[in-house]
Amino acid sequence: MYSRKYATAAAFILPALILIFAIDLYPAIRTLILSLYTPEGVFDPVANWGAVLSDRKMLNFRSWEPPYGAIIHNLIWIVIHLPTTVILGLLLAVLFRRVKGKAVVQSIIFIGMVIPMVVGGLIMSFMFDRSIGVVGIAARLFGTPAQNPLRYPDTAIYALAFGSVWLWTGFSLILHSAALSTIPQDYYDQARVDGASAPRMFFQITIPLLASITRVVIVMTVIWELKIFGIVFAATGGGPGNATNVLALQMYDYAFRQFNFNYGAVVTTILLIMVLIVSIPMVRRSISE
Amino acid sequence: MNNNKESIRVHRVVPYRTQALFVKVFFHLLAYVIGAIWLIPFLGLLMTSVRPFGEVANLGWWNLSEFTPSLANYIDAWFHTSYPIMQGMYNSLIVALPATAVPIVLGSAAAYGFARFHFPLKNVVFTLTVVLMALPAQMIAIPLFQTMEATGLLDTFISVIIVHTAWGMPWIMFFMRNFFDQLPKNVEESAVIQGASQLTILLRIVVPMSVAALISAAVLQFLWVWSDFFFPLIFLFSSEKLVAVQRLPLLKGTHLVDWGLLSAGTVIVVSVPILIFAFLQRYYVRGMVGWTLR
Repeated sequence: MYSRKYATAAAFILPALILIFAIDLYPAIRTLILSLYTPEGVFDPVANWGAVLSDRKMLNFRSWEPPYGAIIHNLIWIVIHLPTTVILGLLLAVLFRRVKGKAVVQSIIFIGMVIPMVVGGLIMSFMFDRSIGVVGIAARLFGTPAQNPLRYPDTAIYALAFGSVWLWTGFSLILHSAALSTIPQDYYDQARVDGASAPRMFFQITIPLLASITRVVIVMTVIWELKIFGIVFAATGGGPGNATNVLALQMYDYAFRQFNFNYGAVVTTILLIMVLIVSIPMVRRSISE
Repeated sequence: MNNNKESIRVHRVVPYRTQALFVKVFFHLLAYVIGAIWLIPFLGLLMTSVRPFGEVANLGWWNLSEFTPSLANYIDAWFHTSYPIMQGMYNSLIVALPATAVPIVLGSAAAYGFARFHFPLKNVVFTLTVVLMALPAQMIAIPLFQTMEATGLLDTFISVIIVHTAWGMPWIMFFMRNFFDQLPKNVEESAVIQGASQLTILLRIVVPMSVAALISAAVLQFLWVWSDFFFPLIFLFSSEKLVAVQRLPLLKGTHLVDWGLLSAGTVIVVSVPILIFAFLQRYYVRGMVGWTLR
């Protein structure tokens, strides 16, 4: 009886689990092991990790100008992009709440999430192009000579991080908007009767009730910012002079341009550690439920 | 109770009517302006793609003093001599269709197993698959590259299809299990009592109730595979095997970017996700929200 029940369960579950084990879990473990060996095949984690972490493409504190190295570039991306998109998406969700045709406006802003990242990167280099881009128009309007910020090491990473706000605000917007619609109108009506001002209602009703969604948006956004690849690949290729190099790009460079799998494995393990740190609260939540 | 609420609302709206109207109009205008700002890059891309590049490069795509629309850029991109987009679209479909269908079937079956059966270590195993959702793609790329090379699968569509099938599995299982957990079990239970087999129950009862969720999962998985750049970049390199998104950066060229050609190619490649989003938006958003928020 029992064995038959287990057999049915196994028939449902095993094909998926075998694939997950063979293609996701096992290779991930092998990558971890690979990161402990030097390219010469000697087991020496300290030497291998040390070689990667002392590579100036990973960390570079020689000067106060970019390139700072891939790890720092990912962090810069987070510092600029995370608060901007999350807050902008939340504000827009509130602004659009009772706007007629809000579905259309929201869809337009969400398109950035639907298109391939490579296309996002190409559109960014298009926007920043000196002669034909939108940035060119703006510069001309203000009478300053147009320059492409992606061509200069000291502006490129900031230009990409700000440009990606355009791409990813839709995520924060859609999730916050979905969550907003679950807040009963009564709360606001009651607060209004009690004489609460609009900002007060925003900070004391909207923000607290959206907090759990905001947390999810933050975690997901940070994970994307850490894994960022296609945008940079297409827009700058990591240049100029490594000024926009990021972890995923550096991993590709080590592993599939130099075919140094051990260094590549270290970079992706660093990436994994950073992603895990960020996702612990979310995983813990899904376990506890 | 209901009446009471109504009266509060009426009471509050009347004295502020003009002010409220002004605020309302202002908010509407602001919202539409923001939407328009968001459209500018797409508009620029579209304008550049339908005009000769010389015209755009001299005057800017927003300048209409000279406007000669043509599909020449699209034809050039579609039949490009080195990296034809036509072939890329075809390759992307060959990869994305099986890499959507197979993980949806296998992943949903597993999700159903987790939702309906009890067995030892169930929660441990499921938690492990959920944790795998956080895995960066880079983490599996090196060993898989070695395996594909050893088995002769490198530079074949099968390699990318297999990898995407396994890669999509954890979140499909997670998403579908949450869905199955919410489905009422009593219909299935009474079917069991009447002696229906597990397969009959699945095909006759569960699948028809799950169509919307399955479409949501399929839409997200298809768009993910269509858009993914990293796996094809590693596993496919012969010029005739490249998928659509891989060809775009190559159209960029090395010296002077021909934005006419590149924008036309981009519009073609992006039209697939945008059309899917436009027509299946309900499913897409439900999948997105369900996947992240459960």
